[in-house]
Amino acid sequence: MSETTSTESREPVIPSQPGPRRLLLEIDQVVLRFGGVVALNEVSFQIHEGEILGLIGPNGAGKTTCFNVMTGVFKPTSGQVRFAGARVSGRKPPEISRMGISRTFQNIRLFPEMTALENVMVGTDSRHKTSVVGALFRLYRVRPKPEELPQVTSEAGLLRTWQQVRRSCAQIFGLSRHILEERAAEKKSLELLRFVGIQGRANEVARNLSYGDQRRLEIARALATEPKLICLDEPAAGFNPAEKEQLLKLIRQIRDRGHTVLLIEHDMRLVMGVTDRVVVLEFGTKIAEGSPDEVSRDPRVIAAYLGESVDAA
Amino acid sequence: MNFDELFGHFGQHTVDGLSKGAIYALIALGYTLVYGVLRLINFAHSEVFVVGTFAVLGAWTAFGMQDRPGAGQAILFLLIGLIAAAVASGGTALALERIAYRPLRRRNAPPLVFLITAIGLSLVLVEILGLLLPRLVGGVFPTLFGRERQIVGMPTIIEQKPLITIGDTSITNVQAIVFFSALLMMAMLDWFINRTRYGRGVRAVAQNPETAALMGVNQDRVIMLIFVLGGVMAGAAALLWSVRFGFTQSSLGFVLGLKAFTAAVLGGIGNLRGALLGGLFLGLVEVYAATLYTSAWEDVVAFVVLIVVLMFRPTGLLGESLGRARA
Repeated sequence: MSETTSTESREPVIPSQPGPRRLLLEIDQVVLRFGGVVALNEVSFQIHEGEILGLIGPNGAGKTTCFNVMTGVFKPTSGQVRFAGARVSGRKPPEISRMGISRTFQNIRLFPEMTALENVMVGTDSRHKTSVVGALFRLYRVRPKPEELPQVTSEAGLLRTWQQVRRSCAQIFGLSRHILEERAAEKKSLELLRFVGIQGRANEVARNLSYGDQRRLEIARALATEPKLICLDEPAAGFNPAEKEQLLKLIRQIRDRGHTVLLIEHDMRLVMGVTDRVVVLEFGTKIAEGSPDEVSRDPRVIAAYLGESVDAA
Repeated sequence: MNFDELFGHFGQHTVDGLSKGAIYALIALGYTLVYGVLRLINFAHSEVFVVGTFAVLGAWTAFGMQDRPGAGQAILFLLIGLIAAAVASGGTALALERIAYRPLRRRNAPPLVFLITAIGLSLVLVEILGLLLPRLVGGVFPTLFGRERQIVGMPTIIEQKPLITIGDTSITNVQAIVFFSALLMMAMLDWFINRTRYGRGVRAVAQNPETAALMGVNQDRVIMLIFVLGGVMAGAAALLWSVRFGFTQSSLGFVLGLKAFTAAVLGGIGNLRGALLGGLFLGLVEVYAATLYTSAWEDVVAFVVLIVVLMFRPTGLLGESLGRARA
């Protein structure tokens, strides 16, 4: 049973830089009711590829609910969510994750007893192709690239012979796709940990990480699913000004890697500093949309949000 | 109380207890895996084990095994038995999940409904097996009511012989095979859960199912996987049981399943290494108790020990969940 897959398919998919702004996510007249409570009332907005969109509003305005509809946790009562032209509403969360939407959580939700590296690798696993059976019996073989072959490092002796045998076997029979995927996943996960700045804590159990590191780890895990759209739910909650500054930089870097970013945030300065466009919700209704400057001058926004609860932080 | 006997042959009793406990531990893994992910006690798991012993009996009969085959044949029959038991037990466990538990999950049934379903399934399986057993060995068809519980002997595959003798303690070849095969199976399972990508998925779902789903983990696949894994472990236990004790009956699962469940709780349900510890501990306690009093007391003492341990350590000896099972 030998099957060679093309080498491109194993490369991580990095979308091209933002050129012409294509429509990525469309929230169309979404209504969500819980019994008599209207959590979202005919909310519509769009996210374009390569932008950073801020979703703001006072507490209880429906921001996180909006996220939950987008990631398939809640099904909208009416209206639709379309992602890159395909319907999102009604699909299961794992499917939506594979379509390319990923998220972090306002209250951190890591896998507390796994290491940081394993947390990120769970994210990468959704992109693996080999099934349980395929992995168990090493069914799919891939012709390895020269650098992927087992290295002969020993100088002499039985060990060297063994290494040579392994290398020859890999050259003749190819390597298991599962093994290569595992290795690629680990490499990619380490790279993501480095990207968010916690590579030194890769083998630490997640629950032992500091609060800030846990937030960064959530971002790394979300990025590991190779999302086109990454939704960050109050990523700066509990951060001090220096950490917020770092986070701003990180969010821009995430965009520069080719991901579109949707940011829920309380801290107005953070939102104004990093977003291209802002959507304002109040009581489940969209009350404003536009550039950060426009929105912050909108009297309704000032009345609803800025006037009452400018975050002290 | 026969302290002379217990301490006079302490080593021998310890060896006996460990080889008995190893089988408990293998069965306990099935309870613990399912509980760790679903918080469900799968009471039908004991019948998954019995199905395995039937499969071994059926396969050995079908391939015409005679008493005391030669070494080469014995290995062949062990392999056939293992494959048959693993397929039958794994398949049964998977069928239980697909036919009974998944539809309940889809309807968001409360935990109590799952528990009743599990007990009901267990009864249904016992009765089906009771009807099947005479067919398997070509006996008479028993009536459903007042049917005597037939015990069916299996051909001896390996004759018990002392393998190593130290002082007056001897370890028989069968005991060694049972103990080390069980350990090997458990080590493989532990490796699978803690070191592979599928194990990572299992742990992710055990620790936080909703988040795991949002990160692209297919929960249904993880749940099927744990049922199959638990079933395969029960199948291995069934083979070892057949090698060691050489009989089966349709109601075999009741007490054995209860013991395995006790072992899982003793070690800390949801914890793989806890199941191993609990199983071995229970096996030892039983053998020591049977020596001190009579074998009629072994069950009593086993459950008294469970109650006492749980009074002081309500979460079991290792007291962790599958999600926490880390090296």
